[in-house]
Formats: sequence, C-alpha cells, structure tokens
Amino acid sequence: MILNIGPSHPATHGAIQIVIELEGETIVRADPVIGYLHRGVEKLAERITYHQFIPYTDRLNYVSCFLNNVGYVMAVEKLVGVEVPERAQAIRVILSEMSRIMDHMVCLGTNVVDIGAFTPFLYMFNVREWGYDILEEVCGARMTVSYCRVGGVSDDLPKGVEEKILKFCELTESTMADVEGLLNKNRIFRDRTVGIGVISQQDAISYGFTGPNLRATGKQWDIRRAFPYLTYDRYEFDIPTHDGGDIWARYWVRMEEMRQSVRIIRQAIKDIPGGRIISDDFKHVLPDKNGVYGSIEGLIHHFKQVMHGINPPKGEAYASVEAANGELGFYLVSDGGRSPYRLRIRPPCFIYFQAFEQMIKGHLIADLVGVLGSINIIAGELDR
Amino acid sequence: MGDVANYMEGLKSQLGDAVGEAKAALDGVPTIEIKPSAIIAALKFLHELPEEGFDLLTDLTAVDWLQYPETGERFELVYLVCSTKANQRIRLKCRISELNPCIESATAVYKGAEWLEREVYDLFGIRFDGHPDLRRIMLWEEFEGHPLRKDFPTRGLHPVERTPES
Repeated sequence: MILNIGPSHPATHGAIQIVIELEGETIVRADPVIGYLHRGVEKLAERITYHQFIPYTDRLNYVSCFLNNVGYVMAVEKLVGVEVPERAQAIRVILSEMSRIMDHMVCLGTNVVDIGAFTPFLYMFNVREWGYDILEEVCGARMTVSYCRVGGVSDDLPKGVEEKILKFCELTESTMADVEGLLNKNRIFRDRTVGIGVISQQDAISYGFTGPNLRATGKQWDIRRAFPYLTYDRYEFDIPTHDGGDIWARYWVRMEEMRQSVRIIRQAIKDIPGGRIISDDFKHVLPDKNGVYGSIEGLIHHFKQVMHGINPPKGEAYASVEAANGELGFYLVSDGGRSPYRLRIRPPCFIYFQAFEQMIKGHLIADLVGVLGSINIIAGELDR
Repeated sequence: MGDVANYMEGLKSQLGDAVGEAKAALDGVPTIEIKPSAIIAALKFLHELPEEGFDLLTDLTAVDWLQYPETGERFELVYLVCSTKANQRIRLKCRISELNPCIESATAVYKGAEWLEREVYDLFGIRFDGHPDLRRIMLWEEFEGHPLRKDFPTRGLHPVERTPES
C-alpha cells in the first residue's frame, strides 16, 4: 500500500511530504518530497546587497534565528576581511548558545509530544518564552532577530540583561531536570526510542551528517572545536556523544548539549570584554549613528553602503557555524559587485533528510513520526 | 596550507596534469581546479587517504559563470570536502560547458552526494551520470527551466497561480 503523509500534517514539522510504501504495517520504502517552502533565497541574494540579506537568514532555521545570522555574517567578514571586536564576538557566543538551547527545546519538545509525552513539551516551550523575552530586550524582536551586522552586532547589551540571562540558564537546568525525571526512566519512552531509527556512524559520515545527529552515533565532531570561531577557544566545554545512533541517542545528546551551552554562557558572561561592538572599518561596516549624524565621513559611508552596498574583492569564502542542528555553512562567491554572484547555503537538515529512508525501513508509521522529530527537520532550512 | 603539499603530490602523481595548482581562497581553504574527467578520481583519492581521509562531503554546489565567459566554461562545480581526523577542508572545482552539462556522479564515493546532486540538477540543469535517482527535488516535476541559471529571470517565467479553467 502506498500512503502519503503530508505536506499538511500535524506530525510533520513544517511542510514536508513523505510517500511511503507499506507491506502490512511495515515501511519498506519511503520517498521524502521537499520543496514546499522553497522561496528561492539563493536567487534573491543575487540582486540585493550583502547587508540586505541578513533578514533573509533569520527565516532559514526559524527556531534559532541568531545562529543563521552569525553564519552568514561570518562568511561576509571572511570575504571582505573585517575583524570583529572581542566584545561583539562574546555577545555573539552568548546569544548563539541561547539560540542553541531554544532550538533543542523545540526539537525535543515536539519530538516527545509526537511520541505522546505532552507535559515536557509545555515545560520546554516555557523556557523558550523566557528566551524570547531576553531576545526581545537585546535584539528588538522575539524570533527573527537580525541582530548581527557585518563586523559585529547592531546594539550593545542593555543594562541588567546579564542577570536575566543567568536566570534563563537556571530555568533551563531546572526544566531539563524535570523533563529527564519524566522521560529518562519511562518504560514507554524507552521502548519507543531505543533501537528505533538507527544509523551507523559510517553511514552517517558518508551521508555528510554533522552536529548532534552525528554525535549521537559516537563521533566526536564539533565545528566549535575543529575550526574554532568567535571566542569559543577560550571556554571550557565538553562534546557529548552517544553510541546508539537511535532516537534515544539523539535525545540524550541534545539534552547534554544544552547543559554544555549553559556552561558556555556562564563563562562568557563572566569574562565578557569591554570595547566596541562593531568594527570601525566603515568602508564595509555600517557606521554608528553618532558618526552618521555627526560627521561627513560617517554620512558618506552610510549613504554608499545603504544605497549601493559594499564591494568585496573578487573571490570566494565559506564560513560555517555549529548551528543547533549541525554545520550550517554559507558559501559566497563575489565578482567584486554590490551583490553576491552566488550565495549557497549548506543546510544541515537537507543532508539528514536523505538518510531518512534508511533510518525508517522496517519500522512502523508510529516510529516514522518519532524519527522525523528526532532528526530535527526545519522546513525553512531544508528548502530555503 | 602547508599540509596540502602532502596530498597534492599524491594527486598529481595519480592524475597528472588534470590537477591544477592549490591556491588558498579568501577563507584560507585550499582550492584546486581539476578537469571534469578526473574530478571523481580526485575525490576518491582524497577519500581514501590513510591519514587524512576526507570523509565528510560538506557541500556540492555549482556556480553559473554566464556573465563572465572569459573565465572559462559556463558551469563550475564546487566540491567542499572535510577531513574529520585532520580538521582540514579542501575545495575541488571543475568547469563544464553548457552544451552538454554532464559529469560523473559522486554518489559512488559519498552517499550524501545523492540529494546534493539532485538539487544541482534541479536548479542548474547539470546531469550526473550514474546517479541512482536523478529527478527534481525542490521544484515540481513539470517545472520548466532551471532557476539558478543566470538567464532565468528572478520573477520566474510564468505566473504560478492556477486560474480557473471553466
């Protein structure tokens, strides 16, 4: 029997269609159909300036928007050759780790609610609301923040937000303790997750897995350690791995990663340096408003960058961040003009979804739902 | 860039003059231009290196150089591979002409190339020989044209909304 799931379905995360072939109740083949949220962002980038693309990046992985901003802006900074001041880097780290926690809360919350556990979903989304309050105070928007700028961040942290972020960390830890108390030793949860949706480490690497899905097969690989960026090399944190390769392993790795993110946030807030929050290379970086209204150079730089854009040198650059879901990469090719000649976004979800058929062969439809949630498919990033 | 010298020698000895020079791009990643007939052999060589073993295919994409024909053939395929043991990235590129945009598939070396190549086929029209299931991925099957090509207008060719026929 051929069964069609989606694209409009409560258990698919976003508009994703899966056509499965069943023999009895067991899945023998699956064909994921994507592209329902394809907005042609890579084509649009070829007609707008580098600065104007930053709000588009928010809409990629829309549950952890800040991480996408950081990735894109880092690629432009590599292309242009701009140094980011240390305070801006530390602020980016703090908000990145907060976004990572919020992304994992969505992934795990929706994953377990698809399996049947409703309470952890609400507990985890409560943490997201606290995160949103902080993001609103710092960035001006809850979800689609567009807080990064080429060369730094757009505004400094407001007074008193550090205590709120530390309280957010405490709330994260207490929520995780509650959720683990509800789920970790729960017979039904274990039966539905252990041994389901297994992928071996060799297959995962061959598919190009990165991020928590790869660490859940036992491989210790994290972009923050392999190719350190921002100020991650100053902080102490572990890379949790698990050998199972199943839904349980991915759940466990994400939980542990949230603990490590809390650790990083606490260290970053303690050691946050002072100084500028955006580079002063105003030929490529938007100048601050005092300069724009007060000096003629600031005004001219602002005018040129807003009306025409920046002109990076000819060449290419690839920058990637350890996004909540894996390696999110941005590949920019410049021909020296005001718009990117080619912008390629390397989405981690796209890579995972190809392995989906292999992960659910021989399982039941109820397992399909659990596996789909555990690999954290976000349609915005999958389709761009 | 110093570590690249190790396998550049190996690559050149295997593939001869199909391999260009390794240059560092603006992000510091060594970039090697390779002839299309040898690109899969080069990927296989890098994949099977005992020490570095470029095991992760990070990205496979294409660039349409229609607006700069003096730089070479129209389509440029870019393969970005990563070694998890040596924490090293390397970028391989090759140019293919628009008259017959066809190249051997990398699915024999990396399973992850399957969907990446389907996306390049969908959005650029480059065919991959030996691909198990080459069909459109982002767009629907009846779609005409390849949107990321430079001669495809940003607004599209036809209006997308269906008008009532009766």
